[in-house]
Amino acid sequence: MRLAGDFQGTPKGPGAKSMQALYAQLLVGLINGSFYALLSLGLAVIFGMLNIINFAHGALYMMGAFVAYFLLNLGGINYWWALLLAPIIVGIFGMILERTMLQWLTGLDHLYGLLLTFGIALIVQGVFQNYFGSSGLPYAIPDQLKGGMNLGFMFLPVYRGWVVIFSLIVCLATWFLIEKTQLGANLRAATENPTLVRAFGINVPRMITLTYGLGVGLAALAGVLSAPINQVRPLMGADLIIVVFAVVVIGGMGSIMGSIITGFALGVIEGLTKYFYPEASNTVVFVLMVLVLLVKPTGLTGRAA
Amino acid sequence: MPDTAIAEAPAKAATGGNILQVRNLEAWYGESHILHGINFDVNAGEVVTLLGRNGAGKTTTLKSIMGIIGKRTGSVKFNNQDIIRATSDKIARMGIAFCPEERGIFSSLDVRENLMLPPVVRAGGLPLDQIFDLFPNLKERLNSQGTKLSGGEQQMLAIARILRTGANFLMLDEPTEGLAPVIIQQIGHTIARLKKEGFTILLVEQNFRFASTVADRYYVVEHGKIIDGFSNSELAANMDKLHTYLGV
Repeated sequence: MRLAGDFQGTPKGPGAKSMQALYAQLLVGLINGSFYALLSLGLAVIFGMLNIINFAHGALYMMGAFVAYFLLNLGGINYWWALLLAPIIVGIFGMILERTMLQWLTGLDHLYGLLLTFGIALIVQGVFQNYFGSSGLPYAIPDQLKGGMNLGFMFLPVYRGWVVIFSLIVCLATWFLIEKTQLGANLRAATENPTLVRAFGINVPRMITLTYGLGVGLAALAGVLSAPINQVRPLMGADLIIVVFAVVVIGGMGSIMGSIITGFALGVIEGLTKYFYPEASNTVVFVLMVLVLLVKPTGLTGRAA
Repeated sequence: MPDTAIAEAPAKAATGGNILQVRNLEAWYGESHILHGINFDVNAGEVVTLLGRNGAGKTTTLKSIMGIIGKRTGSVKFNNQDIIRATSDKIARMGIAFCPEERGIFSSLDVRENLMLPPVVRAGGLPLDQIFDLFPNLKERLNSQGTKLSGGEQQMLAIARILRTGANFLMLDEPTEGLAPVIIQQIGHTIARLKKEGFTILLVEQNFRFASTVADRYYVVEHGKIIDGFSNSELAANMDKLHTYLGV
């Protein structure tokens, strides 16, 4: 997994283990957890509403980072505007995908959605790889978020602190939208029985399209946040998406709060594993997934069908 | 008597203007041909009941009017507007509300959210205090999960939420199914009160005794067709026939 951890380094042996290294790995875990949470949240929203396992999510995350890169280098539009514009632009791209392709899969087996979105991911990544190769393109940290803070027990790079806090705010805002508003109630009801919700006068197909746009927008937002940390690479999403799927499975497919909590928690667990037993850091999430599936097949917060 | 004559004859006895006109309605579930040319009318302010055995096509008729059956042909006119090709959300926004047989209470929503789910489609819907006046139980259970209510309370919730919308044509699919006699009586009072307030109601019922307390007219459905129709005043004269139709 090539994420924020690579920039912090990992302890080389027992002698290198200090509290500072532990805190550093915790921070790395929280940052990775932020990306896991944002991405798995989008996946959970899309799965809940469309019943589609969106394998294109990693590619759309990558597109978010590339849109930010293009906005800066071609249009001179800075990071702050990119945080707003990239999710909208990629979200519109997602809505076009939903209208032209995904909507025809309604009522079919999950496998069709999985194959179609996997194909879309390969095409999108292939196109970007063709034009930009596999190496990373630099995206500078905005001036306002450069530097760091000495917290006494550790040095905190401001940008990384910003990523964690901003992701948490976005995740909680999404949770509030879905669990506590009328729009969210419509969405949850349409997840259960779209035919009846439509018969009440709610335009469910339009709601499905907008939901897909929202989920994709969250992925693109994670891409923009990730660009200054991980650089902009065509395969940045492909590297990440398998872990994110494990996070969604552990949290419970379709569960909003489950995805958020599991995302952050697994990031931290992964970070701690990097400190205590680095050899297992790439597999710990999958080991946990197997254990959770054995004990609770619907995931930690998932409901039985 | 030809089908269309069955549809039109008893309707003449009613007082209000024609609000729903169904002609040659056919419907399919996949390859299965369920409705074979349904004809009937509903006049404004009436309670009309579709009677028939299990599988006769009563529920499919309601679903076809509501636009939630994939393939349907014929003509369904609501307030003189043909809605056979309209999507269900558009039909709902024209003022038709549907209360399904399985009640359709959402488990991920609490009672308040279930109640507020259907959007207001036109002015004239019942305000919440009037709804709680009709169904006092709901007021006490507003924060409960919708599916944690008793069967009777769920049925009340299912009816209550469509009264908010302002729709003046209600389609109730077996509202008494599986309920205790005292709850059935309460539903009967509610339907009578709604009728008094000017709602037009198309009811599907197997419980003929219940239907006879609220209906103005009846149509009998069999094998996807209307085979008979009569008004409440003709009920006594038709009892023998009705027992034969319903197999009771």
